[in-house]
Amino acid sequence: MTKAAIEITDLNFSIENLSILENINMTIEQGDFAGLVGPNGGGKTSLIKLILGLYKPQSGKISIFGEPVKSQRKAIGYVPQYANFNNDFPISVQDTVLQGRLGVSSCFGRYCREDKVIAQKVMQETEVFDLAQRSIQSLSGGQMQRVLVARALAAEPEIMLLDEPTANIDQRAEKDIFDIFKAINERMTILIISHDIAFVSDYINKVFCLNKTLVCHDSTPVTSDTIHKLYGGHVSEVHHHH
Amino acid sequence: MLEFFNTLATQSFLQNALLGGILASIGCGLTGSFVVVNRIGYMAGGIAHSVLGGMGIAYYLGLNPFAGALVAALLAAIIIGVIKLKWQHQEDTTIGAIWAVGMAIGIIFISKSDGYNTNLMSFLFGNILIISDEQLFIMLLLDIITIIFVAIFYKQLVAISFDIEFAIVRAINVNLFYLLLLCLIAITVVLLIQVVGLILVIALLTLPAAIAKQYVHSIGMMMLLASVLGMIFTSTGLFVSYEPDLPAGATIILVAGIAYFISSLAKSFIRFK
Ligand SMILES: Nc1ncnc2c1ncn2[C@@H]1O[C@H](COP(=O)(O)OP(=O)(O)OP(=O)(O)O)[C@@H](O)[C@H]1O
Ligand SMILES: [Mg+2]
Repeated sequence: MTKAAIEITDLNFSIENLSILENINMTIEQGDFAGLVGPNGGGKTSLIKLILGLYKPQSGKISIFGEPVKSQRKAIGYVPQYANFNNDFPISVQDTVLQGRLGVSSCFGRYCREDKVIAQKVMQETEVFDLAQRSIQSLSGGQMQRVLVARALAAEPEIMLLDEPTANIDQRAEKDIFDIFKAINERMTILIISHDIAFVSDYINKVFCLNKTLVCHDSTPVTSDTIHKLYGGHVSEVHHHH
Repeated sequence: MLEFFNTLATQSFLQNALLGGILASIGCGLTGSFVVVNRIGYMAGGIAHSVLGGMGIAYYLGLNPFAGALVAALLAAIIIGVIKLKWQHQEDTTIGAIWAVGMAIGIIFISKSDGYNTNLMSFLFGNILIISDEQLFIMLLLDIITIIFVAIFYKQLVAISFDIEFAIVRAINVNLFYLLLLCLIAITVVLLIQVVGLILVIALLTLPAAIAKQYVHSIGMMMLLASVLGMIFTSTGLFVSYEPDLPAGATIILVAGIAYFISSLAKSFIRFK
């Protein structure tokens, strides 16, 4: 039996006595394209940061391929919801993407030829190759988000954690970028946070709805009832537009 | 004007001064770039000023004040670093305390030693005209340590400066590298003290790098440009100050400050045109 890519059992998490996540149990199998949806403040980003080991849970267990996160960092790629850096940092697109090679590169000292080849490949995949020598200051929001996806892909991870990667991207580009995700899903497991349930439902094979606790999970069909429970009404039902 | 070059050709004190400025510029270009992009000028200031404590104690005990400076700088860097990493919200107060307490210790010990005024003044404002051959050698050594360290860990240092969360995710030991970066700042501060004194260190550490940042797209280029600018500022400052007998350290900082002002003005002028 193959090990689950991500397995979370009885997880509880709070920040300064404020309970953020309660009693979370979820399993993401290898090869899944899982969606994580929920209202603002529902705890989606917190859950992803817990999986990454950036936050420590009060109780419960998270394993990546059956191991603790710390030993599995190499296997995980991460695209944050917000850029955590100053936009005026003097760095080029290519050097930003190359940072994804840290911790996985076999080269000591500077980035080597292999790192650069991989960086170029993922920049082509995310269509930012033409921007490689540009400084990140000069990028638009959507271009930046593609660069962040490229940076995560450069690690050649087995699991991709994407926190609203298409928030700044226009609708046509959103479809393009999801097609990219669809393609990379052939070779890796994906967990993606999105607010656009209708849109992602065309791509994902599993959905988790999170509002402090998991309101729905795995393959429970997402009905207007669950959405109502999740968002408290006024959200249109999931439309599959094939 | 010719007098400067005549003296330079014949007198070793002026040659040492020029060389000292150049050696200091290398360190300030490398480390200063990280100070600027990490926006930790205040932290570097805390390290620089607390150094007086170490200098004072060493001086009182009859030891080499620069050895005392190096020990104090490294100690301050580690204390500040650990506090920053463990208790983020109290960072400001702690740095302020270390800053002031270090200086107070220094002043007390120096006041109990001979030559109170001249020594205090040269620690605070530097005296580039009395750099000995031995000091030049130590500066060269500190430069070499800095260059080797930055060359080996360049990508890790850039990564923790750029996006610390992503650096953690990529399995970099960010705490270790953060402390090492602060130790690097400590070394550079000691390197710069003889040239401009500890009060003016921060200006020489940040101004060349801040100017460089306006023109380049990589930390590596920023380091290179900042080092060259530092060399130009120290040499120009030394030259300008020599004949009217102005304090060299202060003149160097003034040159750097004017250059920064002009560069920023030119940059914003170009942007809005
Ligand atoms: N560092 C923090 N300190 C205090 N509270 C926090 C912190 N980070 C998150 N929270 C709280 O945790 C809860 C969940 O936040 P989280 O960012 O995980 O939500 P989210 O589902 O990602 O929301 P969004 O859709 O707006 O991105 C919120 O109530 C938020 O206020
Ligand atoms: Mg979020």
